[in-house]
Amino acid sequence: MRNTLIVARRELGGYFATPVAVVFIVIFLALQGVLTFNLGNFFDRNAADLVPFFNFIPWVFLLLVPAITMRLWAEERRLGTIELLLTLPISQTQAVVGKFLAAWAFCAIALLLTFPFVLTVNYLGHPDNGVIATGYLGALLVAGSFLSVGAALSAATKNQVIAFVLAVAICFVFAVASYPVVTDFLSRSSPALADLARRLSVSERFQSFTRGVISLRDVVYFASFIGFWLFLNTVIVEHRKAD
Amino acid sequence: MTALIEIERLSKRFGTFTAVDDVSFSVARGEVLGFLGPNGAGKSTTMKMLAGFVTPTAGTARICGHDVGTDSMAARKSLGFLPEGAPTYPEMTVVAFLRFVARIRGYAGRELDERVDAATGMTTLASVRLQPVETLSKGFKRRVGLAQALLHDPPVLVLDEPTDGLDPNQKHEVRTLIARMAPQKAIVISTHILEEVEAVCSRAIIIAHGRVVADATPAELARRHPSGKLDDVFRDITMPKPAESAKAA
Repeated sequence: MRNTLIVARRELGGYFATPVAVVFIVIFLALQGVLTFNLGNFFDRNAADLVPFFNFIPWVFLLLVPAITMRLWAEERRLGTIELLLTLPISQTQAVVGKFLAAWAFCAIALLLTFPFVLTVNYLGHPDNGVIATGYLGALLVAGSFLSVGAALSAATKNQVIAFVLAVAICFVFAVASYPVVTDFLSRSSPALADLARRLSVSERFQSFTRGVISLRDVVYFASFIGFWLFLNTVIVEHRKAD
Repeated sequence: MTALIEIERLSKRFGTFTAVDDVSFSVARGEVLGFLGPNGAGKSTTMKMLAGFVTPTAGTARICGHDVGTDSMAARKSLGFLPEGAPTYPEMTVVAFLRFVARIRGYAGRELDERVDAATGMTTLASVRLQPVETLSKGFKRRVGLAQALLHDPPVLVLDEPTDGLDPNQKHEVRTLIARMAPQKAIVISTHILEEVEAVCSRAIIIAHGRVVADATPAELARRHPSGKLDDVFRDITMPKPAESAKAA
């Protein structure tokens, strides 16, 4: 655990030592602002909640999270520091989880900085802040899921562009799996698959969080989703580290 | 003399290409082994296997008796490794980087500060302590890599081209440092600079096409050629003989 946190701390420091952190946070906040207030008709809805905010967040994460993760392992391999990191007395799992936690903490910081949305809606009306809190928790879990996908793909290729594109593509599949366009198509050919797609969808699980519901099944879903991809990440690092 | 590094019949194949082919040697405390060979001969791959980064196709490597495959944590704790190209995190300052390595090595508090100070002192990095690594010259970067490897005063040092990119003065400093540490440690250095072998190594291994082709003291090796120069011996051993290449053609 100690080693995991040392790796995470170094990694998180790395974000803020480069323009990555500022660019990411500024773009994230700007996109969320524009999408919520303009496209989401925040004011015209006449409802004191953050529904438009949370509706857009998976899509913004879909675009931005792979931009964080694409360098996670690919950069270590490009610099050769992977050779240093993985010959220090830490296990591969510790390195994988440490890097993931750093990226996750970074997303949490970006999410925390959206507090003006919460202040705005509280100033304008009387929202259910419990629902907003579960929405944030859900958003953090969505970020974690996308991060775990992106991190594993970053370990699979030295090329950061490939890591980015593959991560967007795979996260997209998990984001739209519950959408009618997918489920309708699947239910025509094999209804069982349509049901499976709905169960595996990240956005479907996230929806219940935005309604203020934290169910054990959804939490277990996100935990196993992230766990699965981190496990895959460790396996990929083990097999491809020296290539 | 106890062997701190033991390599037994180590092989590494990448697809059909054999990078390291049945290499065996051991290094005792007090020995400085020069690891020589043309580019692509398998030097770095051997060192990476010794450091536990590359998994061997066959054979074993032990550091202080700990198998790098099955008892890798114990092996890594006894090892200071300078990877090829001395990689470091470019955005970190020298001190931040060394503190990171020291923390992973299990140091904390005052002991951590002492270790980092000692390592920067030995490698004369004190003047650039607070500079980001990316702003440093090649020579300084290499010394940051060296400081990282020396930090925990390990009994075994594996240094892949420790003097590459250093100016003559810096090379001299690093060689003096290696010579000073030599009696307490088992050290393996890879290098292209043959005068370095004569200057610091007590033994030299020449590797070509993944195989050990010579293993002797630098002086013994030099005697193998009428000119008495290590350069000529190296060329003789590692270059295909004109007769053989004619036959092959």
